[in-house]
Amino acid sequence: MSIKSKELTLISPDGRRLDGRRPDEIRELKIKAGILENADGSAYVEQGNTKIYAAVYGPREVHPRHLALPNRAVIRCRYHMTPFSVEERKSPAPTRREIELSKVIREALTPAIIVEQFPSSAIDVFIEVINADGSTRCASIIAASVALASAGIPMKDLVAACSVGKINGVLVLDVTDVEDKYGEVDMPFAMMPNRNEITLLQLDGILGPEEIEKAISMAAKACKEIYEKQKNALKERYIELRKTVEEGFRT
Amino acid sequence: MIPKLKRQQIMDLLSSGRRVDGRGLEDLRPVEIRCRSVKNAEGSAEVRLGKTLAIAGVKTSIGTPFADTPDMGVMIVNAEFLPIASPTFEPGPPDENAIELARVIDRGLRRAEMIDLKQLCIVPGKAVWEVWIDIHALNHDGNLMDASALAAVAAILTAEVPKAMVNEKGEVTINKSERQRLPIKSIPITVTMAKIGDKLVVDPNLDEEEVADAFLTATFVDDKVCAIQKRGERGLTAEETMKALQIARQKAHELLKTVREVVGGG
Repeated sequence: MSIKSKELTLISPDGRRLDGRRPDEIRELKIKAGILENADGSAYVEQGNTKIYAAVYGPREVHPRHLALPNRAVIRCRYHMTPFSVEERKSPAPTRREIELSKVIREALTPAIIVEQFPSSAIDVFIEVINADGSTRCASIIAASVALASAGIPMKDLVAACSVGKINGVLVLDVTDVEDKYGEVDMPFAMMPNRNEITLLQLDGILGPEEIEKAISMAAKACKEIYEKQKNALKERYIELRKTVEEGFRT
Repeated sequence: MIPKLKRQQIMDLLSSGRRVDGRGLEDLRPVEIRCRSVKNAEGSAEVRLGKTLAIAGVKTSIGTPFADTPDMGVMIVNAEFLPIASPTFEPGPPDENAIELARVIDRGLRRAEMIDLKQLCIVPGKAVWEVWIDIHALNHDGNLMDASALAAVAAILTAEVPKAMVNEKGEVTINKSERQRLPIKSIPITVTMAKIGDKLVVDPNLDEEEVADAFLTATFVDDKVCAIQKRGERGLTAEETMKALQIARQKAHELLKTVREVVGGG
């Protein structure tokens, strides 16, 4: 964090980043819905080397009981990193960072869920980071929102997410671990693309007013692209399910 | 049911440009800063924002630097929401709200480089100053975030820390009789905006906080933003976000003036 990006060239003069991407390019993104059998809904996301599983259980009874709300479902979220997901082994016990991220991810997802439909119940979202290479909270939101939809939870929209960074003075999309560590800025961002509502916005680093406006519009544009991939993953899942059902009828 | 009625009442008032406590939408509550009330702490400040009260204390100790930053001091921010502050706070380790608050304030201080951590290095790779910033809520009437951030900043600005010396054997000794200010590079100011319906209000009180849709906390250093945290269970549009930041920037100017008056230039 202390090492200034000036000491490290993260972007070449012709605008190529260390992994060859242009500033406004996201990494290759793979989304697969319905990957964990026990969960009511699940998803696996690969964004470059950031790899994430998300599972949704619920709506189900709330335990402990006193946490239940009479007029809506409670959403609970646990963002967790596996000990081997980072360079130096991380203790499996939740860190302060993980507790904060669990909260902001929950608050990024909740606006999309029609919570009034399930009074006195809980919807639990579990996120496991298998391998971390930057933008894990954004990839977690992408995965969790697909998992929620694949669990059949009624939603106003999907939530798409993308981070914006600033490296050697240039605003870039979808930051990697190196770009986060040695760059000047990390701005995680999530929105409901169809409703134009920002549901997560954090900034760690210095930006002027114009830069913030530009960063938000870059992130919003990337979210639209990610949104299409999320919808495709859900469609693929339903085609798959239909096949299984049809085969079931035949035998 | 009660929150619903309260929300309706608050929104009705807001649509006529007023707030439950009589303020305008862009008015801060009265700010009071009292520094150096804790004699045993190197620095301390009590901050009142209306009826919200938070206290921050600065303590220092000598420790070892992190491996990746051998020539930099260490800064640690911790926050506790004590049961003394509110009927809804419970004893125990910090919950997600207290952890989030501490981390948001930490990011603001760190990114503004308020304390020049390089100057807190005593022996590179071996001994550095650790600056502990502990924030405790004493009375919660909304917007603990800004009260806590302001308390932390005022405590840091007025802190007087002992001098460290290295003797011929290379041992580090502390001279407590000789004190000096912490090396300060900037003064970051944190301002929280709440979105209630389609209105944005600055410095939400507890009633407003309970019914708000979303919050935007921003930390400013000069005219730039160095930390943002959106909170709450609903979203904001990009336009609302930019407007909230613009109002917050003006309020940060006001608060910075207050801080300078209290601590004398800083």
